[in-house]
Amino acid sequence: MNAARSLAGLIAGTIFGFGLAVSGLANPDKVLQFLTLSSDWSPALLFTMGGGIVVTFIGYRLVLKRSPVLASEFQLPTKTALDRPLLLGAAIFGAGWGLAGFCPGPAIVGLTTGMTEPWVFVLAMLAGSQIQRVSS
Amino acid sequence: MMTNDFLMAASGGALIGLSAVLLLGLNGRIAGISGIVNGAFTRSLSEAGWRIAFIAGILAGGALFQWISLESLIQRTDYPLWMTIAGGLLVGFGTRMGSGCTSGHGICGISRLSPRSIAAVAIFVGIGMAVATGFSMVMS
Repeated sequence: MNAARSLAGLIAGTIFGFGLAVSGLANPDKVLQFLTLSSDWSPALLFTMGGGIVVTFIGYRLVLKRSPVLASEFQLPTKTALDRPLLLGAAIFGAGWGLAGFCPGPAIVGLTTGMTEPWVFVLAMLAGSQIQRVSS
Repeated sequence: MMTNDFLMAASGGALIGLSAVLLLGLNGRIAGISGIVNGAFTRSLSEAGWRIAFIAGILAGGALFQWISLESLIQRTDYPLWMTIAGGLLVGFGTRMGSGCTSGHGICGISRLSPRSIAAVAIFVGIGMAVATGFSMVMS
């Protein structure tokens, strides 16, 4: 079962990485073109989020009617409260995103460029995550 | 007006959506990259296995696209190092604290109509815009 789930993960991940590359939003400058309000502003990121949400909204509704194919149950988030860690965490994440134009997905796929910046970002991201874990 | 730019953006987004639907439908999991990366470092094989495979897939998909298009995903080469490091630290810290990122909250959470995700997206987009716009004004 683990092997099947790993294969499923590999396939889903490949589509994710390819899709991110197709979208053009693996380029942090394109992301910053959305996040920076200027005469250069581009809504491209909204089109990517929109495309993603339309497909996921419809697909999720279909999928959630039954059980997962390779697992005994769905593992969905259970928290419902808009608590401080959620809101403060989102603000801190947003600040980091606005600073460099990378979020986790694009940073990971950026590793395939062989360029230094995504590697630096990913290492810093892993460090930041560890700092949060030990400080909480 | 739809340009080729926006068509690619939307198509890429649709593929990301397909990935999320597959991950939920097959493995029963949310395609939130921050959670997938954090969880890949756990000792439990049943938790780490599919995550490591997903990350390997992301790398394969990105490499495949660049092989076909003969274009790098990233163009810039001299971004201020401190901003990349600070950005990474904050993204790593914030996504763990806030339980998600643009794929987890932005795509998956919004698609589930989760109030937590809607709030998170409003905040990280708003703050992201404020920080990016602020820095561009200071640096120009």
